[in-house]
Amino acid sequence: MSTAAGKSQISIRRSFSEYARAVWAILWKDLAAELRGREMLSAMLVFALLVILIFNFALELDAKTRTSVTSGVLWVTFAFAGTLGLNRSMAMEKDRGCLDGLLLTPVDRSAIYFGKALSNLAFMLIVEVIVLPVYSILYNTNLFNPGLIMVILLGSIGYVGVGTLLASMAVQTRTRDILLPILLFPVVLPVLIAAVKASSGFLQSIPMSEIWPWLNILIVYDIIFIAVAFMVFDFIVEE
Amino acid sequence: MEPKPTLLKILDIVSILLLLIATGMVFFYTPVEAVMGQVQKVFYFHVAAGWVGMLSFLAAAFAGIMYLIKSDRKWDIVGLSAVEIGLVFAFINIITGSIWARPIWNTWWTWDPRLTTATIMMLIYAAYLMLRAGIEDLDRRARFGAVYAIVGFLSVPLTFFSARLFRTIHPVVVGTNQPGAEGSFDMTAKMLQTFLFSLLVFSFIFADLLWHRIRLGRLADKVEQLKLKTME
Repeated sequence: MSTAAGKSQISIRRSFSEYARAVWAILWKDLAAELRGREMLSAMLVFALLVILIFNFALELDAKTRTSVTSGVLWVTFAFAGTLGLNRSMAMEKDRGCLDGLLLTPVDRSAIYFGKALSNLAFMLIVEVIVLPVYSILYNTNLFNPGLIMVILLGSIGYVGVGTLLASMAVQTRTRDILLPILLFPVVLPVLIAAVKASSGFLQSIPMSEIWPWLNILIVYDIIFIAVAFMVFDFIVEE
Repeated sequence: MEPKPTLLKILDIVSILLLLIATGMVFFYTPVEAVMGQVQKVFYFHVAAGWVGMLSFLAAAFAGIMYLIKSDRKWDIVGLSAVEIGLVFAFINIITGSIWARPIWNTWWTWDPRLTTATIMMLIYAAYLMLRAGIEDLDRRARFGAVYAIVGFLSVPLTFFSARLFRTIHPVVVGTNQPGAEGSFDMTAKMLQTFLFSLLVFSFIFADLLWHRIRLGRLADKVEQLKLKTME
């Protein structure tokens, strides 16, 4: 009895480590490809800086308005740059027939989802890590706030979690480039609302008790949508 | 061509009669609200249309789940039908709401949680239809539609809660009111009867339209198959 239980435990552990290896392999493949080409990251970065530049003139970001709109500007920038990255990352798989290759591999389909989601998250975080100090320097505001960084992490996880799922649908349609933002933004709105409010809460040092509800929404959203994506991803890539 | 089912014919007539009675009740049976006057009467059909909008959204998500489990085309038709009906009723809900809000709130529109949620719901419906329009393969169109209906449905309550953390001014006529709501009122017995009756009537109309639309979808499928047969 005990040996059977031990065996099944070992086999669960082994299958889990295989699963993690598959996720890691997909993540590594994307990072390596991006490291060689740097097409996507540079496009996302330049785009993000352009959005900030446009906001500067559209909103006249003087010292007074800056305190209230900084978090909004940052999140709109991340959301727009994010769609660019999501579209590119999935289109790359589709165009060169890589997706079919990935589907042929003997791993669980959801491992593909997690691999792609993690690499998308990595790209988004890289963009954010560069945009934040640039914004701090350009507008002379200190954005190095551990709370803000936590919000950005939570918000990006939710955004990329649902974004990877919807991008894999969008690239398989005729109208793919224009479809992703239309599909993604109405669904991801709770993340953007909560992230903007929580970020400005941290930046304006509002008491924690007023920020918690927003953090709760972010955490709940992340959990629900990653779980749903895990369940339905099979149906998206089925041939 | 298959004849229209008798039950559907009966449902048609019942729905039309009920709608006439409800309209009569709104105009002649309910008292005029003391503060807001005639414009308050929009409330009965406004809430009922919103109810149907929500109901269709739920129906579409349910049909999505059923499609993913059974992969039966029937459920795809149900999902699409529910979304199309929901879009129309959500729109009626927003328009009637604006007509009421103009004199009462002194604005056509405000970013209240309910209004935000209603708008987002419509945008998700619209995105659903655009997603389907971009896919030729029938099976894939049905699968993607089902997934999006589920994802969209799950995000709506979260949108509502996050928008609600902003202060609301929308009156809560059913249940307890939040402080700060404007244009609220207490329902008299006659108002409550008409209100509940409107909900019932609109549910009948929803069922009737959904049945018609599903039937239409099936006939369209049949026509498609016949076309393919003649081409062979």
